[in-house]
Amino acid sequence: MSTLGTAIERVEDAALLMGRGRYIDDMPVAPGTGHAAILRSPHPHARLLSIDTEAALALPGVHAVVTGEDARAWSTPFIVSVRQPMEHWCIAIDRVRYAGEPVAIVVAEDRYRAEDALALIDVRYEPLDAVVDPEATLGADAPVLHEKVGSNLVSERSFRYGEPEAAFEAAAHTVTTTVRYPRNSCTPIECLGLIAAYDPGEDAYDVLSHFQGPLTLHPVMARALKVPGPRFRLRSVPDSGGSFGIKQAVFPLIVAMALAARKAARPVKWIEDRLEHLLAATSATNRMTRIEAAVEADGRIASLRLDQLEDCGAYLRAPEPATLYRNHGNLTGPYCIPHLAVNNRVVVTNKTPTGLNRGFGGPQLYYALERLMQRVAVTLGLDPLDVIKRNLVPADAMPYRAAAGAVLDAGDFPATLDHGAREGALDALRVRRDAARAEGRLYGIGFAAAVESSVSNMGYITTVLSAEERRKAGPKDGAVSHATVAVDPLGAVTVTADSIPQGQGHRTVLAQVVGDALGLAPAQVTVALEHDTQRDPWSIAAGNYSSRFSGAVAGAAHLAAVRVRERLARIASQQLNARPEDVRFEQGRIFAAGNPGNDLDFRRVASLVHWSPGSLPDGVPPALRETARWTPPQLTPPDDDDRINNSAAYSFIFDFCGVEVDRATGAVAIDRYVTTHDTGRRLNPALVDGQIRGAFAHAVGAAFYEELAYSEDGSFLSGTLADYLVPTACEVPDPQILHRDIPTPATPLGAKGVGEGNCMTTPVCLANAAADALGVESLDLPLTPARIGDLIHGPESTPPRP
Amino acid sequence: MKRLDRESRHRVALTLNGREANGWAEPRMLLSDFLRHELGATGTHVGCEHGVCGACTVRLDGAPVRACLTLAVQADGRRVDTVEGLASNGELNDLQKAFRRHHALQCGFCTAGILMSLDAWLESNPAPDEGEVRALLSGHLCRCTGYTGIVAAALDAAEARRREDGP
Ligand code: FES
Ligand code: FES
Repeated sequence: MSTLGTAIERVEDAALLMGRGRYIDDMPVAPGTGHAAILRSPHPHARLLSIDTEAALALPGVHAVVTGEDARAWSTPFIVSVRQPMEHWCIAIDRVRYAGEPVAIVVAEDRYRAEDALALIDVRYEPLDAVVDPEATLGADAPVLHEKVGSNLVSERSFRYGEPEAAFEAAAHTVTTTVRYPRNSCTPIECLGLIAAYDPGEDAYDVLSHFQGPLTLHPVMARALKVPGPRFRLRSVPDSGGSFGIKQAVFPLIVAMALAARKAARPVKWIEDRLEHLLAATSATNRMTRIEAAVEADGRIASLRLDQLEDCGAYLRAPEPATLYRNHGNLTGPYCIPHLAVNNRVVVTNKTPTGLNRGFGGPQLYYALERLMQRVAVTLGLDPLDVIKRNLVPADAMPYRAAAGAVLDAGDFPATLDHGAREGALDALRVRRDAARAEGRLYGIGFAAAVESSVSNMGYITTVLSAEERRKAGPKDGAVSHATVAVDPLGAVTVTADSIPQGQGHRTVLAQVVGDALGLAPAQVTVALEHDTQRDPWSIAAGNYSSRFSGAVAGAAHLAAVRVRERLARIASQQLNARPEDVRFEQGRIFAAGNPGNDLDFRRVASLVHWSPGSLPDGVPPALRETARWTPPQLTPPDDDDRINNSAAYSFIFDFCGVEVDRATGAVAIDRYVTTHDTGRRLNPALVDGQIRGAFAHAVGAAFYEELAYSEDGSFLSGTLADYLVPTACEVPDPQILHRDIPTPATPLGAKGVGEGNCMTTPVCLANAAADALGVESLDLPLTPARIGDLIHGPESTPPRP
Repeated sequence: MKRLDRESRHRVALTLNGREANGWAEPRMLLSDFLRHELGATGTHVGCEHGVCGACTVRLDGAPVRACLTLAVQADGRRVDTVEGLASNGELNDLQKAFRRHHALQCGFCTAGILMSLDAWLESNPAPDEGEVRALLSGHLCRCTGYTGIVAAALDAAEARRREDGP
């Protein structure tokens, strides 16, 4: 029996539970390997006047100190995806632009010694004014971060789809809201880390890390190191302690430590500590969105107008400004909204550069869109659920081309919503709310609906360029995934693929997928996912991001396994006297349909290929190793009207919840949470629900606790896990998870992404419930007791000074 | 009290998972670093080095402690138990199996610390309810699972132990 689609236990778990994982800090190192520590700027913005490293170098056990001068000698600035003369070096040169920016690296015989030496480096700074607010950074008196760019506005584009002006003119109502999405980060429990080496004989770098991709960044790193791609070998470790996008941010440090290895003339190991991680690793973008709807009397929305102000921190670090464009094609969410106007501005401020973070643009978009849906309902006096329902894309419109170009692939959104409302007992929740309110308690219900984009189009980021610029640069599109299935002389199966997992259980799922195709138990399939850019097939799309695994990587593995099966079927058909298409594979046996008694051992047929190529049927090549490549054909480049299908598949989510606000403390408690998903075919339901629960927990953190906060002068305020609060088992309730999954024709196995959706829906669903409880119009995250208290009681007055 | 010279390295001998082990440590060396890099017991993980995440939790003479807030020299002459000691002969113990059954881990980075806390706690709290398990777990951060599977695994293992021990 095939296990595909069943919740089998994970093959990863035994080793991890025994403490035998192999994470980056567990990996063996060569004798003499140096340990690195980074000196980071205490200033958010300053001129770098001088660096004196003499005392540090004199400390016994110190091998080298690396500074911006070395970066200048051996590297180039990272390439930027908008055409701007912005210089981002892996180590600061002349100027620092955020608190925590690397200024020097010490390599010593151990980490303790390296940190000792940091204290002996004497850096002279000339502090400059800093700006952290995305609106303030546009002001005439704001300090300009990049003098060569000349402005803190680094990209601006306007888009128009359909006839938005006419729609607004004709509309019965316009409803507007403005939201400010804060900076936060999914902070995996394992911080960043890597081991870098340099071979002067071949002028080649070799780095082992948990960099998760996308491998679009491989050429970015190789270019920064001034070597051709093959001489920048990037390998991944077997285990990673979580990522959620965050480990993409190790890439600038990979380049910096590669230089350190070169300077120290020995391999260098660097493990980031938590203080560095919170201060300077990465962050989601903070975004200010003004969103406006042209609404009919019944709540139907004819047009949207979005003004998005995206803050990417001090540098536009690749692939930014991708956070802003990842959902560009589906800016209208799960709704049928034919007309759309968008203005996008990207700014820099004196904060840590941004990057991948679970949900990637989705939390920011849906916070605005779903707050707006709630405001439409309140303004028109309608039930918020009716407003959502009336606007959903109907099932008979699938596949549906959204105004900005996303092709919503499959699904029955209204039926999924009804399923969720019914099975999740929404009526009972309403009764509960009314009862609570009758007692004078502050109770509210919130809703959110979204499409969750998965398997990113490599061309979506080029929507930031004009059609003219795109024509010059050449087309960008697709999303190629690779997987290889091999059968050895004893019939044992190996799978490799380009997924670079970070704890999600990809090895288990691929064993199920390939076992299913070949009629083998998952235990008979060995999956090895340590990726090596020098030896494994990969494309720029490779890696673990944009929920590409179940759609793209599992799909490619299935295709590779099917090719192996077809080859074995041809061989077996000769011996079974059957047509190849009638050959069946089950439980390690191969037989003709209708005649299971006359069967062959899978291992025996496989061994024939290895040992007796001469006896194979004509035209059957003597090999049992197949690499399949798959790219979704629907992922075309942005068209001349800037329509872009940014993702191969779009899952649907509908959430609702009940919250109670404590009038005295301002604390918001989740009373009930129901999340309903259409995620296509589920390959392993336990792992699917694990992804939903994990994203939900991140979202609870984003909704109530987490903010990478800065003071107005640019100092960072969330430097420890006692300041940056992460929810524990006491704060994360168990959501009710419902499914109404419809396999999509858009991916080989009918599966779609699932890991990011609740990061998009849950924060705004909780905020909508809090807004319903409090009857307030505007509400920004995180919903801390202090912020809610201000809404209930008015801001606290500052006590008079004595 | 033994006086330790700040500049030199000292012999630290302890019983690690029932076996004698020893290595060298400067007085400032953390127990987490000593276990991982001096003794090669890399099953204990480090997630924050300031006592919040709980990933580094080990048992010191039976009591759960944060290895990142303990100096290696403080463990001299004492018994240290880590996640590597839970399974025997390659077979997971009941708690570990419950974790696998309930999908109580994804990346596994927080898991060692959680197992060690639960291992100690369930000895003195054999019949916990869900609220108590969650309160105990609040000393640990997991970013992957949302905790549901961890809570279920702990309750399941506790109940199985009670059944085994009889009424
Ligand atoms: S590493 Fe010790 S508590 Fe986090
Ligand atoms: S399983 Fe990854 S942090 Fe808990």
